[in-house]
Amino acid sequence: MTRLKLNTVQQRLSAGAISRLQALPMAFVFAFFFILPLVLVVIVSFWDYNEYEMIPAFSGRGYTDTFEGCAAQLPELCTILKTYAKTVKLCAVTWALTLLIGFTVAYFLAFHVKSRMWQITLSLLCTIPFLTSNVIRMIAWIPMLGRNGLVNQGLQATGITHAPVEWLLFSEFSVVLALVHLFSFFMIVPIFNSMMRIERALIEAAYDSGATGWQTLRHVIIPLSKPGIVIGSIFVITIVMGDFITVGVMGGQQIASAGKIIEVRLNALQFPAAAANAVILLTVTLMIIAGLQRLVDIRKEL
Amino acid sequence: MAVPAPLELAAVTKRYGATLAVDSIDLKIPAGTYCCLLGPSGCGKTSTLRMIAGHEIASDGDIILGTANITALPPAARGTAMMFQSYALFPHLSVLDNVAFALRMRGTGKAARHAKARALLDLVDMTRFADRLPAQLSGGQQQRVALARALITEPQILLLDEPLSALDPFLRVRMRAELKRLQRELGITFIHVTHGQEEAMALADLVVLMNGGRIEQQGSPRDIFNAPRTEFTARFMGGHNIIRNGDATIAVRTDRMRIGPATDGRTATVSEVEYQGAWVLANVETPDGETLAAMITEAAFDSAPFQVGDHVSIGWDADAAHVLA
Repeated sequence: MTRLKLNTVQQRLSAGAISRLQALPMAFVFAFFFILPLVLVVIVSFWDYNEYEMIPAFSGRGYTDTFEGCAAQLPELCTILKTYAKTVKLCAVTWALTLLIGFTVAYFLAFHVKSRMWQITLSLLCTIPFLTSNVIRMIAWIPMLGRNGLVNQGLQATGITHAPVEWLLFSEFSVVLALVHLFSFFMIVPIFNSMMRIERALIEAAYDSGATGWQTLRHVIIPLSKPGIVIGSIFVITIVMGDFITVGVMGGQQIASAGKIIEVRLNALQFPAAAANAVILLTVTLMIIAGLQRLVDIRKEL
Repeated sequence: MAVPAPLELAAVTKRYGATLAVDSIDLKIPAGTYCCLLGPSGCGKTSTLRMIAGHEIASDGDIILGTANITALPPAARGTAMMFQSYALFPHLSVLDNVAFALRMRGTGKAARHAKARALLDLVDMTRFADRLPAQLSGGQQQRVALARALITEPQILLLDEPLSALDPFLRVRMRAELKRLQRELGITFIHVTHGQEEAMALADLVVLMNGGRIEQQGSPRDIFNAPRTEFTARFMGGHNIIRNGDATIAVRTDRMRIGPATDGRTATVSEVEYQGAWVLANVETPDGETLAAMITEAAFDSAPFQVGDHVSIGWDADAAHVLA
């Protein structure tokens, strides 16, 4: 009876309609938890506000307040622009390092580790940092890098330095170190996945054509790993651009970041200003990703 | 193209750990030969090809091309080029760039390498697909591109690893003819690995039949088919009856068998009659349980027809019997 009903339903709906129907639950989740909040943030960013409440009336104050006095100061960068510039710089350095490490580790796993079992074991090893929380992983750096930390003690014991090295902790160095430590894994996985899909005969074919190891890397492996590189880059860039916890903890609350601005505004209950900054951050991040997309069309490569 | 040179394998051996894949084989392939390495899977033919190509290094023995010992040279320094079973075209490069790849690796300028690549695409009749990506080509077209790519370094020997196995039967026969034509035109040696005896017979000047890491028999297709030395050869090449004749075992081609009325010679019962066009295939069973096959011409069948269950006599032309080792 039920089967009979299903059959008649199927006869009435085209194949396309059925697949759209099947996508509907996910589309609903997406609309409710992603599109709707985003729309709300954009709407609130154009509201007015005073010291203690937001006022639902159209206003550009959220944006103008953020950049107050910036135009006058040019060509000198005002604090807010400096903060964005610093965020982009931290992001760029982190991206470059995670890419280098991620590519190297993925290459090792995909091409040097021959047995399937070892590949899986070593990939699982890469996930070990994720067994503890983000905050604990960061705090664990402090006894390592602090004034009287392991590294400084070691340096002084071996006589390499005579006074503690100050820039190890609560500096840009420690921020980048922690970010790279946290996010290299997000590069390794998609690049490894791309590399595993490279047919091994292609590497032999390159060798047969007289390509050296570096030439094979440049002309065969890197181009064919591009989808993984782009996906990993999107992960790292979006996370690092919005990060304020790592920058706060590892920077000793001394380094400003775009995420930090939003946090500060939120704590001051200036929701429209916070929303405006969120929109700006989103725009900058999307622009970076759009730039990456020009490099390689992932929709085509997947 | 380069001056073709003869290839010689001397006591070439390949071991993988404790297993012996290729067991001390000796082989001479004259310049400009179409040679087929033939055998069942696991017989060592692919390992042999890969050692000639330089993708495996021989555990023992020497590989000599012309006057040079190439045993340990890297693939590109040998004067050989390989066409891979799956074609292994670079999916991110256009057909033209795929063909020009080896020249790009050598640092040849763009104009020069593209001109040469176009000439080779012309040779395999693929010029109009120069700007396509490999994924936009059919299997047969991909194979032509792979051929052109292998030939761009002007190798003295082209190595083909089961080149026809990925094609459908119709295309296989066409590409077979194409390969033979190309080999004739280029005048270089082709070494072609296959497990199909029909393919080897159609193509080869020299068939090298391998079994268990050794060369079972080598020679022209006609030599091997007409005078198999071992039971393995006779069975693998097909079209033979293996008959115990007193103490000896002999091989007789099925089309040299004679079937007549049950008066003289061995008697047998017809178990199957199959009409195949120009030929009629008859399977008969002898009293001691042997099944023999006979191919007789349609005319011969018509003059003395028989059917399943008939008692007949089975014999063969005396000069058709080969004593097997």
